[in-house]
Amino acid sequence: MLLIRCPYCEMDRPEVEFRYAGEAHLKRPDPGAATDAEWTDFLYFRANPKGAHAERWRHAAGCGRFLNCLRDTASDRILATYRIGEPRPTAGQRGGGHANG
Amino acid sequence: MKFSFVSLAREGLTGHLGWTPQWRSPDPKPAYDVVIVGGGGHGLATAYYLAEEYGVANVAVLEKGWLGGGNTGRNTTIVRSNYLWEASEAIYAHSHRLWTTLAEALNYNVMFSPRGVLQLAHNRHEAAALKRQVHANRLAGVEGEWVNPAQAKAVCPILNTDPGIRYPVVGGALQRTGGTARHDAVAWGFARAASGRGVDIVQNCEVTGVRRDASGAVIGVETTRGAIATKTVGVVVAGHSSVVAAMAGFRLPIESFPLQALVSEPLKPVMPCVAMSNAIHAYMSQSDKGELVIGAGTDAYTSYSQTGGLHIASATLEAICELFPIASRLKMMRNWAGIVDTTPDRSPIIGKTPVPGLFVNCGWGTGGFKATPGSGHLFAHQLATGEPHPIAAPFALDRFRSGALVNEATAAAVAH
Repeated sequence: MLLIRCPYCEMDRPEVEFRYAGEAHLKRPDPGAATDAEWTDFLYFRANPKGAHAERWRHAAGCGRFLNCLRDTASDRILATYRIGEPRPTAGQRGGGHANG
Repeated sequence: MKFSFVSLAREGLTGHLGWTPQWRSPDPKPAYDVVIVGGGGHGLATAYYLAEEYGVANVAVLEKGWLGGGNTGRNTTIVRSNYLWEASEAIYAHSHRLWTTLAEALNYNVMFSPRGVLQLAHNRHEAAALKRQVHANRLAGVEGEWVNPAQAKAVCPILNTDPGIRYPVVGGALQRTGGTARHDAVAWGFARAASGRGVDIVQNCEVTGVRRDASGAVIGVETTRGAIATKTVGVVVAGHSSVVAAMAGFRLPIESFPLQALVSEPLKPVMPCVAMSNAIHAYMSQSDKGELVIGAGTDAYTSYSQTGGLHIASATLEAICELFPIASRLKMMRNWAGIVDTTPDRSPIIGKTPVPGLFVNCGWGTGGFKATPGSGHLFAHQLATGEPHPIAAPFALDRFRSGALVNEATAAAVAH
């Protein structure tokens, strides 16, 4: 089980308090201008890297808020957690003062 | 060496000293007509059917570890074909037909055992969904029937049908022709048969790059054992499809999740069928060694770690102990995870990619084992002819652009 630091509660909490919510930083295309390819990419295609992966979680059984998490998918080690709206930290760095692990 | 009554008798009388390796282990040649990346069941089956049915034997299967060491050796070996949609019924029924004669075709005992697969319903909504599935299957000529709790108990005597349990059994969909097969034997049987027909199986050979010419077409792969030239590459790397796609410069609609399984200590025969509950993520069968083989649902997050959280396995075991009370005293011997490539519609992706000459067979999610022979057979057609087999055509990558999804995610429930 992962131990995830909630950047709002500022506590390390067990994974079962959270809900996974997929890849982070996806940008919804402009509905008026997007091509089929852009919609396809947004709706279905994912980076799915073996390595640092920016992803959303929701602290469902805690503060209820969405947060972002940078996790190494090869080792499941969490590199950083950070608040929604903050930029993705560089892999290996501790992000936003909310580092974990 | 062919397996026969005579060869078994001769070796039995002479100390089993005459057996030879089941497949060759050649060094990779500088070039092949077709390179298959991934030496699991699907990749080896592809190579076998390429050589056997399409006459393409100048083929290499490149495996980064050992044969069947990935998901082929990590799954719970269930075979069934009762999916909801016509495209799925066609592809899984195709595979099911090949299972029934596979041991003879390969001259290798894959221990296919059609002992019956029972999918449990725990409430009226699930019952309605599974009845719909049964009716759809029968219309398509796929065998299946609805059973009430007493009939389910007759099929699976250790099933707890007490209506007072937390998730009571209100009925189930039974496919009597479904069952299990021996996963290692499937990989080894295909490897032996492919090797015997001229296919080079190269283990400990990881693909590290994909070479493309100025037009973008494939001209070869780079591996830990040197570069190999080819104009046709088949990527069959369950659990790493996105990684190999990234080497070739494109993305896939795939996320990779850990899927856990466990086996118990061996018992005398107690479970004559496969039973599965989609709602509470638990399924169980008994191997020929006597171990109860238990499958869980996927972990919540994408990962390549081949391990998962204990709380997932615990939740599955709680469900197993309620459905099968005799399991409560069992010791679990091993717990592991495989990495499953899931697609948004929970159906596989077979066919062309944006890279000319590079084809994928991936996205089988949590249920690829049952498809092993059919998947290989259809993908061999794609690699040999450059065009999809009619049964595989609905599973093209382009469906995510066109919207013609084969949505088994909500239709056939979670556990595949």
